[in-house]
Amino acid sequence: MVNYISNAAMPIIILLIVGYGLKEKIKVYDTFLDGAKEGLEMVFRLLPTLIGIFMAIGALRSSGILDLIVKIISPICIFFDLPSQIMPLALIRPISGSASMAVAVDIMQEFGVDSTIGMIASTIMGSTETTLYTIAVYTGCVGIKKIRFALATALIADFVGMLTSIIICKIL
Amino acid sequence: MLNLLWPIFLIVSIIYAIATGKAEQLNSGIFDAVKDAVDLSITFLGTMCLWNGIMKIVQETSLMNKLVKFIEPFMRFLFPKLKGNKRAYQEISLNMVANIMGLGNAATPLGIKAMTTMQKDNPKKDTLTDSMIMFILINTASLQLIPTNVIAIRMSLGSENSAGIIVPVWIATVAAAFAGIMATKFAIHKWGEGKDRKW
Repeated sequence: MVNYISNAAMPIIILLIVGYGLKEKIKVYDTFLDGAKEGLEMVFRLLPTLIGIFMAIGALRSSGILDLIVKIISPICIFFDLPSQIMPLALIRPISGSASMAVAVDIMQEFGVDSTIGMIASTIMGSTETTLYTIAVYTGCVGIKKIRFALATALIADFVGMLTSIIICKIL
Repeated sequence: MLNLLWPIFLIVSIIYAIATGKAEQLNSGIFDAVKDAVDLSITFLGTMCLWNGIMKIVQETSLMNKLVKFIEPFMRFLFPKLKGNKRAYQEISLNMVANIMGLGNAATPLGIKAMTTMQKDNPKKDTLTDSMIMFILINTASLQLIPTNVIAIRMSLGSENSAGIIVPVWIATVAAAFAGIMATKFAIHKWGEGKDRKW
């Protein structure tokens, strides 16, 4: 049932959006192409990061360091019943958007997109933001230096989001 | 940050691999990874273009303005101090709607506009106001209705259930946003403007 709702949501939204565009007499196809072009640029912008991060992860994994780190932190994770394979993603998620996407893709490939770990990685990517970057952009643009409790509350939100992602994917 | 982490990752891995006799695996590990990155980018192309195209249509319709009205009650709850500032109110609403619709490219410029407007009424120009903190929190909460990029990537990785994450994402997003908003409200209540500023 949950799967069916999830699956139906996307086609219905496409239908609604295209229908709405037609109703407002928008050149939907031309507009679509404009947007698709932006998508193309996004992928091109992501490619260098993907290569850089994959290279680093490839080195970490093939050298055996990643296994070592996961082994070291796994007692803590087992104690709290958390999957240790997700920890690299959890740590990098607030710092860099494209780097965390690369790490998530790596996790999905390694453990399977539809495995529990893969689902958790996807859910974390979908439900959290690049907190540090967002704060930097919005304070930087008006020259603000003192951020008071902004970082603390945003990280609380991230933490709750990640924890919920893990719990929910384990239940479903 | 990554300027520091990236070299550390590489240096530590290379030294560790060579010391433990894994030079061969390291070699193929690095170059396979680079090839993977390129292969993946090509598979991402189709789905990413599709979703960006669909979302561009949204941007052109009046759907955005309709949604602005829809979120008004939330706005009043989140930004009680901005009541008189109509412009900031509207810019924040548009930024939130753009975020909900997954229009990242539109959300950031709108958000910067909103910050600039709020900064005008800020008595301490180097410090965030309560409303600004709440605004930034909303932007770090990822309120996206459909996580199109993640779905696109799942699709290209051959998922049989690429959209299956929508419901989990909704639940996790709501939980995160709720926790963040409550924490911010609490902090504003305790250490907000006009009170003894510890933060």
